[in-house]
Parts: sequence; C-alpha cells; structure tokens
Amino acid sequence: MDNNKKAIINPYSAAGIVAAQSLGEPGTQMTMRTFHYAGVAEHVPTGLPRLIELVDSKKEPKKPLINIYLKSAYSRSETKVREVADELESILLSEVADVTEEMGKRIIRVIMRPEDAKALHVTSSMVEKAIKKTVVTLDVEKEEERTFVVKVKKAAGTGDEPVLKILRKLTGKLAKTLVKGIAGIKRAVVVRDKDGEHFIRASGFNIRDVVLRDEVDSTRIYTNNVMELWKIFGIEAARKALVFEITQVMEMQNLAVDPRHIMLLADAMCADGKVKSIGRHGLSGEKAGVLGRAAFEETIKHLVNAAVTAEEDNLVGVTENIIVGQTIPIGTGKIKLRMRADK
Amino acid sequence: MAEEKKKKRKRGKCAIYVNGNLVGFHQDGAGLVGRIREKRRTNELNYEINVFFNERANEIYINTDAGRVRKPYVVVEAGKSRLTPEISKKLQAGQLSWEHLIKMGVIEYLDAEEEENSYIALSEAELTPEHTHLEGVPSAIFGVTSSVLPYPEHNSGPRITMACSMAKQSLGVYANNFTQRFDTRAYIMYYPQQPILQTDAYRVLNMDKKSAGQNFVVAITSYKGYNMGDGVVMNRSAIDRGLGRVMMFKTYEAEERLYPGGQKDKIEIPGPDTVGFRGEDAYKHLDEDGIVHPESRVEGKTVLVGKTSPPRFLEEISVFGVVEEKKRESSLSLKPGEKGVIDSVMVTEAPSGNRLVKIRVRSPKVPEIGDKFASRHGQKGVMGLVLPQEDMPFTKDGIVPDLILNPHAIPSRMTAGHLLETLGAKAGSMEGKIVDGTAFTGNTEEDYVKILKERGMDEYGEEWLYDGITGKRIGVKLFIGPIYYQRLHHLVSNKMHARSRGPVQLLTLQPTEGRAREGGLRFGEMERDCLIGYGASMVVRERLLEESDKTRQYVCQECGMLAHHDMVKNKNVCSLCGSNDVVPIEMSYGFKLLLGEIRSLFIFPRIILKDKA
Repeated sequence: MDNNKKAIINPYSAAGIVAAQSLGEPGTQMTMRTFHYAGVAEHVPTGLPRLIELVDSKKEPKKPLINIYLKSAYSRSETKVREVADELESILLSEVADVTEEMGKRIIRVIMRPEDAKALHVTSSMVEKAIKKTVVTLDVEKEEERTFVVKVKKAAGTGDEPVLKILRKLTGKLAKTLVKGIAGIKRAVVVRDKDGEHFIRASGFNIRDVVLRDEVDSTRIYTNNVMELWKIFGIEAARKALVFEITQVMEMQNLAVDPRHIMLLADAMCADGKVKSIGRHGLSGEKAGVLGRAAFEETIKHLVNAAVTAEEDNLVGVTENIIVGQTIPIGTGKIKLRMRADK
Repeated sequence: MAEEKKKKRKRGKCAIYVNGNLVGFHQDGAGLVGRIREKRRTNELNYEINVFFNERANEIYINTDAGRVRKPYVVVEAGKSRLTPEISKKLQAGQLSWEHLIKMGVIEYLDAEEEENSYIALSEAELTPEHTHLEGVPSAIFGVTSSVLPYPEHNSGPRITMACSMAKQSLGVYANNFTQRFDTRAYIMYYPQQPILQTDAYRVLNMDKKSAGQNFVVAITSYKGYNMGDGVVMNRSAIDRGLGRVMMFKTYEAEERLYPGGQKDKIEIPGPDTVGFRGEDAYKHLDEDGIVHPESRVEGKTVLVGKTSPPRFLEEISVFGVVEEKKRESSLSLKPGEKGVIDSVMVTEAPSGNRLVKIRVRSPKVPEIGDKFASRHGQKGVMGLVLPQEDMPFTKDGIVPDLILNPHAIPSRMTAGHLLETLGAKAGSMEGKIVDGTAFTGNTEEDYVKILKERGMDEYGEEWLYDGITGKRIGVKLFIGPIYYQRLHHLVSNKMHARSRGPVQLLTLQPTEGRAREGGLRFGEMERDCLIGYGASMVVRERLLEESDKTRQYVCQECGMLAHHDMVKNKNVCSLCGSNDVVPIEMSYGFKLLLGEIRSLFIFPRIILKDKA
C-alpha cells in the first residue's frame, strides 16, 4: 500500500474526539509563562491563556498585534519604514496638549505642550484641524501661537441640552480626538525579520485603514486578531489565521501536535462562514440534539426550550445515544451489512 | 488605630503595645527594650515575658499572654556565653538545676516575635560580639519529628520532609497501655526494636520505649528485577521469624438505642421470626447474651453482636385482633473481607445512657507482597518478592540480608544518610553498642571506618556475597549492613479490591462505589471518550449499559409515554392513553429516571419509535 492510502483514516473514525484529545492533553502541560515580543506590547499572552482566547473566539485579543510590511520600494531603508511607522501611530490631543474647560466663560482652552508636540511631530495646524473637525459648527479661535479657544454656545441639533453639559461632553471628546495617525494603532515599532527586511509591528487593530495607505503591502499584512481578519479578508483568512496562531502557541511551548488536528478544529470553528467559539455560545451550543445540548451545559434551559417548541431529537449524536442506551453511531456502530436478495 | 499611629509619628516616639493593646509611648524604644530584658534576666520581671522591638515602625510589642510557643536559648553577652565552664561544672555535679539557670539569667525563653530581634549562634566557637544568644545543642534547630531522624545533614531537604511524614505512618507501639484501649483502629508491632543508630532526641522523647521499626540487615543490589522502581525483596525466613509483623486491632460498636415511643433495641440472639433473619449459622459465635464469645475466630460477615430493633412502622392489627410485634434484625457484623479473632469484649454505657458494647477484633498482618516499608531517610519501597532464605545471597559469615534494596534508589535522591546509617549501625553492632547519629554532632564516617578496620572488616561496609541459588560468589563486593526500617501503614490487605458482580445503588440501579461497598471502578467521562475515539461503540455500549443499569421498559407507540405490564390481565397497557400498542424497549435505567425528572418539570417527553434502518 502506498503511503497516501495508509494515511487515510478509516470510515466513521471519531476524528473530532481524537483531535480534541490530541489538543487537550498537551494543553494540560502548558505553562502559564508569557514570552516577550520585541518592542511593542509586552506580555502578549501565549500558552494556555492565548489558546483559550483563540478557542473562545474573543472579539479582541488581549494584546492585538499587527505586522505591516511595506512595498519593496519603501521597505529597503529603515528610515523610510520608521517614517511610515511614525505616521501610523495614533496620537490623541491629550497627548500633546492640555484640554481645560472654563465653565464661567463657557470656553474650552487647548494649550499645546511644545516639547511633547515636537517629539511626536505634531504641528499646531494639525491640532487646529483636529479641533475643527471635532467641534464642527462651533468657533475656534487661535488665541496665541499654540493656544486655541473653543467657544461653546447653543447650537442647532443639540436640542434643549444645557450649554454646560455640552461643554463637559465636548471637553472629553476633544481630549480623545485623533490628531495624527490611524485610529486604533497604539504603538508602532520597526522590527527586522529573519530575512533582514524591515517591517512595522504595531499594537492595536484597524488594519482596514492601514491597508489603505499606499506604502503598505496589503498582501502581506497580518494581525493576530482573528476576528478582524475575518471581517476584512473573509472566513478563509480567519481559518488560516486560527491554524497559524494555534500552531504558534503549541510550538512556543515545544508541544508536538499533528497539524491536522488543529486544522480540524479551525474547520469546525469556521464551517458556518462565521467564527464560532468552542463551548456554550458556539459549537456545543448549536449541536443538533436536545439531549446532547442538555448534557453539556445549561440543561434546564435546553429542555424547557425544546418543550416550548416541541423539538424532536433524532438521536444522531454520540451523547444522545449513550443517554438513551443505544449503540453509538460512530466506528463499529455505524457499519451495517446488507444482503442482496438475488444471491 | 490609624489615628493613634499618626499621633505617634508626629511626636516621633516609640509606641508600646502590651498583648496587642496600645498602652503608651516612650522616647527611647531600644533602651527600654534593653532594660526590660535585663530586668527579666535578673528576675525583676517574670521570665515568661517576651519583648519585640520593631525598629522600622518604632514599636514595642510586649507579650505576656498564653499560647506562645517559646524555645530556650543560652544568653550571650559581648560574644561570651553566660553558660560558663564553672556553671557547667556545677550543673554536672547536680548543684544547679534548669530552674536555677533561668533564675540566674543564663538561659531564657524566646517566642517567635522576640526571636526576630536576636542573632543566634549554633555553637560556641562561632560566637561574635553581635550574637545575642547561643543554641543549647545545634540539633535543637529541628522539630520533634525531624530530630529523631539520623544524619539529616547528610540528606537532601525534600527527603527529610518525606522521612518525617513517613515516620508518622510507621507501625510500632503507639501507646504502652494498648491492651486497655479500644481504639477504632490500631496496630501493634510484634517485636519492635530500638534503632542501633539513634539520636539524642530519640531518647529524650522516650521513643526507645515505644519504638516503631526494626533493624533490618539490608544489602544494596538489584535482584532479578524484583526490586525495580522502589521495590524491595524480602527474606521469607525473616518474615516467618516475625520481621515487620504487626497486629491489627479494630473496635466495633453496638448500642441499644432508644426510639420515640419508648421502644428500644435489644441485644440478643435474633429469633427466626425476626424480619431480615440471617440464618442460624450467622449467629453461631454468639453467647446467650447475644455478644460474641472472646477468642472465637470470625470471618466475613459473621455477626459480632446480635441486635433486634422495633419495627419501623406500626404493624397492622392481625386477624386475631392482637398487635403482632415483628422485630427487625439490626445486628452488628464484621466487615466483609475481614478476618480475625475476638480479642476483647467490653460492655459499658454510651454518653446517652444506653447500653453499649465494644468488641475488639485482632488480626495478625504478616508482611506480604505489596506492603510498604521505609528507612528513616525518605527511602520508601514496596515489597515485590518474598525470597526463601536459602535463595538469598549470603556473606562468608553466614549473614543473610532481610531486605534487598535497589542501588538506583540512592544517587538521584542524594540520601547519603541512609548509607551512613547502615555503616554506623554495622560498626555499632560489631561493638555491641548503640551509636549516635544526632544531627551535626553525631559520630562521623571516620569513627565507623576505624571501628570496622580494627575488626578486620571492610572499612566501607562492603562484603563479598554468595548467590544463594548457585553458590557462586557475586562478582562485586556489595554494601551490606543493618539499618532501621519501618513498616508503613499502607497494607495491601486493607486496600485490595476487585469486583465482577455485586451490589447496585437503590436509586439508579448502577453499581455501587468504593471498596467498603464492594463497588466497581468508575468508568468515567474521559474513559468513555477514549473508547469513542477508538470507534469501539460496542464496548461503549457494554460498559455503559449492559454492565451497568440496563432495564427493559414498555413504551406506548400511540403517545410515547412509558407504559407497563399489567400482571393481572397479562397485557401491556399504557397508563396515559390506555392503548395496548405497547412494546418493550431496552434502555438504561438512568434514562428512565431522566424521563421522570423531565416530567416533573412539566415537560412531556415522548419516545417516538422507529424500526432500525
């Protein structure tokens, strides 16, 4: 027999259970140790916490990271890459200026801190632009070289909200206004990869806006944020990312797991075109049989719901058949013999 | 409290707490503490007072209350011990006592807090002017359990910990009045010995009068794989001579309990009309009073105390109009699988005033394969083979080991003390003396080497051994000598358990759990997952249904409800819809219960039957 045929598993093999055990057993040996990434976002969860994060398909990982490669025209020189990185990094108004409210005069005063602004390459015109964009209809006065005053008054569309309330709200909003960079990108550092190419490692999310920049090579952008990849690049990208991330977690702990088990897990999570978690709110919660779901978690909820909708359990799953006391439809139990009457 | 502390900090004065209560402030904390201590040493203050000065927080804690653990130390002043040679001489002459030393301020007791203020030297030689106290003997740094272990300074730390916890499991003489006691469970060693190599603390604690172990002759060599992985091989003749033999005592209790309504249990031989009568044979060891005869041999479920109880519910009035008193059998019997002799019977009164019978059963426990033994160095092992003495290796002098220990047990565990004890005990047995293995101060290896050399023996305790089977000399010299071994509480005979058929639980009809209930071993969720992983669905079915709680239930095909078989009409009927279209179905009893529980939630589960495709 050739090796290919040998590698094919038997019909009705319990591939899911085997995959679950093969991933679960090394999981018990994982340490809680975290590893350090160069530069950005220290303590990126690895090991068990990270695995749980992936399998639960959290909306956002604890430490979202983006690897941004630039088009070859830019990626040669480190300084150019650094320039782009600086432009990507988001800077909020509060990082370069003091935003203070003056209730008596009903104004908000924005005073730039020259040293901070210089260090972050922020000019007063950028600040002015950002303020104008946020306050829209209100007047912005340039009081001094680096001081702006927003006069708050009753404006259309705010209804009968008192002016002071608007003032308060606006102060907070201004402090969080983006002056420069791409929203969501917290820090961006230039790193060299194995082949000596420079790329940007940023912490945060919002790869959509990053991709829109000309310098960025959109075919090579990657983030460990599986859910974001799914939304922007589709389910297949998310599936691949899941496999990649889980593989990385296992490798980092020096645990050997056959890639096919990981692929099966990712397949199961992505089979419906959306990334589902393992557990109550995902895969297990959507099992076909009532008995199977009731046996897992929230027993009474499932039973009551099944009763209300007069649900029928056709006993297709393993658990259901064990509960009832029948041969389980897997492996030997699924094989049937038929006899041809004419012979 | 916070308020007080603030005040204190403002003034920069030292706060003084007596037994945890703030009593005042003082300018000079360090000076005050010094004076208090001096007064304590000169008997102006009671010697039970302890003072602790927290320099960082500038606080003094004076403790005079009960419950502090305190330990005596020799007082040191300016690098000089107060226990001078003159005082020692007087002490030895009996002119001074311990109380005198305390009165004289030579010795004082420190509690855990005051110890933080002291700098204690282990020996007089290392005293410096900074030292405040001196340890009486260096081995006093150990606690009660660890100070009876020989040569702990030659062993690795974890092994000492293990040796301590194992010493607590050793079987010996737990109390010298054991014949008078009725402990629920007790073990007494037949021939306990005191170790040839012992520590000072061992004698101080009077352990030589309640030993828990024997001096085994141990050879260190592998033996045909029977002592692999912490196994030990033992000498059958040695066991027959009583090596490691213990007696197990177990006490059973039966009480004549009172019931509401003035009814009472009665200790007697139950008559054949008792409900649950177990047959004449079960009561054959009972005397007329319904209690077993002492020294009778009992086994299995034989009755120790015959007892009858009043009926649980009031009886119906019989045809003749008299209330028939049907008594219930509630005898006390020996636990299944146990065996022994009735050692002693005691009849007393329970705290409630009821008559109470205590029966002590004794059963000898001869060492057998699977029993656990350990030296005092955390070296435990399980007996893997009982070898006839004829087949055991022997020395030219005819010394045959009692136990063969695998050499692999030594290097990785770094229990050099085990070897040193063997060497020391060997030298001691040659001299006919008990030798000292106290921590730090005990005899040294050189002492033993010297003794063995003088006797013309191998100075390192190694000897040529001859194979007991072939008679040929073994190719290398083996390390052999006596060492103190303990038999540990874990006896296989108290743990061995197997089941093929047996009792089931009342509610679920599934097999019972646990040795005491003759139970099965749980085939759990993860085990089940493994079988599913193999695709062995027939095995899953067998484990979870056939070998567990399989039942046959009737299911109505009309309404899907569980039906029943009407014995009178000999017909199957559905009690819900009255249909006779009822078929028997095999299912687990657990599922039948589940259906009932679901119905109790006001949900109606229907079973819809289909033919197998």
